[in-house]
Amino acid sequence: MTDTTPAVPARRRLRVSSKLFPYLLSLPALLVCIGILIPFFTAVWYSLQKYRLSQPWNRGMNWGDNYLNFLTDSSFWNTLQVSLTYAFLTVGLELLLGLGIALLLQKRTRLNNFISIMLLMPLMTAPALAALMFKLMTNPNFGILSYFAQVLGFADMRWASDPSTALLTVVLVDIWVYTPFIMILLLAGLRSLPTQPFEAAALDGVPRLQQFWRITLPMLMPYVLTAALFRLLDSIQQFDIIYAMTQGGPGDQLMVFQVEAYLNFFQSTNVGRSAALLLVLWAITFFLSNLFIKNWLRLRERARGEV
Amino acid sequence: MYEKENDLINAYMRGQMSRRSLLRGLASMGVTAGTAAVLVNGAATRAMAADFDWKAHSGKSIKLLLNKHPYTDAMLANLDNFKELTGMEVTYDIFPEDVYFDKVTASLSSQSSEYDAFMTGAYMTWTYGPAGWIVDHNEWINDPSKTNPNYNWSDMLEGVRKSCAWNGRPGGALGSDDAKQWCIPWGYEQNNLAYNSEMLEKAGVGVPSNIDQLVEIAAKLQAAHEGVYGIGVRGSRSWATIHPGFLSGYANFGQKDLNVADDGKLSAAMNTEVSKDYHAKWVKMIQDSGAADWSTHTWYQVGTDLGAGKSAMIYDADILGYFMNGGDNAMAGKLAYAPFSANPEAAAPTPNIWIWSLAMSKFSKDLDATWYFMQWASGPEHGLFGATQMDFVNPVRQSVWDDAGFRKRLSDSYPGYVEMHDVSAPGAKIHFTPQPLFFDLTTEWAATLQKMVAKEVPVDEGLDQLAESVNAQLKDAGLG
Repeated sequence: MTDTTPAVPARRRLRVSSKLFPYLLSLPALLVCIGILIPFFTAVWYSLQKYRLSQPWNRGMNWGDNYLNFLTDSSFWNTLQVSLTYAFLTVGLELLLGLGIALLLQKRTRLNNFISIMLLMPLMTAPALAALMFKLMTNPNFGILSYFAQVLGFADMRWASDPSTALLTVVLVDIWVYTPFIMILLLAGLRSLPTQPFEAAALDGVPRLQQFWRITLPMLMPYVLTAALFRLLDSIQQFDIIYAMTQGGPGDQLMVFQVEAYLNFFQSTNVGRSAALLLVLWAITFFLSNLFIKNWLRLRERARGEV
Repeated sequence: MYEKENDLINAYMRGQMSRRSLLRGLASMGVTAGTAAVLVNGAATRAMAADFDWKAHSGKSIKLLLNKHPYTDAMLANLDNFKELTGMEVTYDIFPEDVYFDKVTASLSSQSSEYDAFMTGAYMTWTYGPAGWIVDHNEWINDPSKTNPNYNWSDMLEGVRKSCAWNGRPGGALGSDDAKQWCIPWGYEQNNLAYNSEMLEKAGVGVPSNIDQLVEIAAKLQAAHEGVYGIGVRGSRSWATIHPGFLSGYANFGQKDLNVADDGKLSAAMNTEVSKDYHAKWVKMIQDSGAADWSTHTWYQVGTDLGAGKSAMIYDADILGYFMNGGDNAMAGKLAYAPFSANPEAAAPTPNIWIWSLAMSKFSKDLDATWYFMQWASGPEHGLFGATQMDFVNPVRQSVWDDAGFRKRLSDSYPGYVEMHDVSAPGAKIHFTPQPLFFDLTTEWAATLQKMVAKEVPVDEGLDQLAESVNAQLKDAGLG
């Protein structure tokens, strides 16, 4: 008796704890998930309201009105167009440049390793600081870039102050800051590619250009897609470079989602519209992520099948 | 302290001698100007304590949210006197202006009790007041048990004081009888001309006295000086582009931002013929003689370009001309000032004003104790100390402007500044219509100006589009 009695509750405890154990293990993840979801659903809740901090008496649910109003709001369509143009332009140009630099640095030499480390420097600069730096460099009175533009015959180049060159200017800053990110990812990808296909192609006398199009690029595509996905998600949410340089101007030339949402919240205290804008941005980001991930998975499976 | 020095200071405190005589007397005893100022201020503190129980909140602590500014520096230089006077502790956080107002909005909208009082502009209170984040300071100003008898509220310049009071009704007149005093004026800026007298002289042109002359002379100055642009005005895509020189000139033509109907409904008023004519001149002035990167110019670029000799004139905050005329600025000593009426038929200038003010947070843990700081910081003694010992310009109290020492100090170092102020002060006030969409509408106005200057839209069409958009926003917000 004395031997068996204490053993029963011990087994029960064991059964109970083995049932609870998986839940206990997932509890931290659940807490993190709740921490993420609370602000998200708060934003959804606000986006369904007419909610201006300066007019608390007017606050109330308007359900989908904030979203419906976007359909007839020309400033919203302008914001959508500017955001997408900025995102695709920066990512496209950065991919081209990043790939080009990565190809040049592909061979492992001391010099190439040194250059690749040096090229990472802009990535360590805060984008807002980079924007301020470019603001000085494009100053018409003493900016070095303005001076070069003048030497090249563009005496009246007004950079971010001119609607016709404003987008080009901020894209230039973005390229300066983020091309190294793509370069380093693609360089890692290039250096990890198997050497056999290239050796076989060389033996068969396949020209270098054809090797690039037929072997390098297809094998590098998962890396290209990964780099493009990361940059696209970041680029479509651009804020600091544009806000530091022009606050969305001149006119509405550079009014991207984040800048407009920020101004709506902090300057106009229009919480409802600001939240709705950010949720539209979230939906676009979600759609683009899915698109990229599906393609990335397809490419990976194709690569496995080929192996 | 030596007996003779003590006697002199006490005689001054009894009003038996002027401040200048006191300082001269102290100097003859070998007391330096800086030490004399500290002694006088200490004596003033003791005199203040004689009339009012300044120690009522002794041992308590308050926290301030401050913007990096010469007004803040002046207050901090004198803060020990407040602590000695009240026995209170004061802590503070100081933020640069770029992020300052975001910090204020975040703090107030989250109903944080971290800060008891903060610096603000009058325009911001049109958001903070209706939102219920700040208090009506009349409750303290009008309570003799809480406000010292020497505070002298009516000493505040009328246009400035009234510009900080609003009844909360969209379109309601500022400073009306039922208005709430949302903030306490601290220092303010008028908008007038500051110009490089050497450049004007070399170009052989006079000081412009209306908008047509301003357009013409700015172009001549630009043509006469290589690498210099004619006129500096703000141009960034922000409400701050509209409120200084632009609106001061606009108001001088009797133009308004909004119409207020009898039933209180608001509607856009910026697309009248007179307004279109004024806009066309303003736009031409920037296109012909403004900074090449005008659309990114904030007050900072406007001021520093004048100080560096990159621009010949500015039509902006007068204190920019003040600060750029001293220190190690390249053009220090070469700048001059002029009151400016854009309308040739106007009797006097009508500068729109920016008022750095102090306000108490509704979420403060101890409003009565905080008010002790407020009344000290906005009181006549600190005002005079800041104006005569520090760079606390422009003061908001008539008594400071009447002080002979202050006027002499300004006139000696910044010739013409006092005269400019005196001419334009009677018409100086906020010329905007108070309403909660102020920042939305003025930012859009600035964006429209940018489009006009960039020739993306003609002035007529741009103003009609702006008016249409403003009316739609007012209607959507239930104001129009």
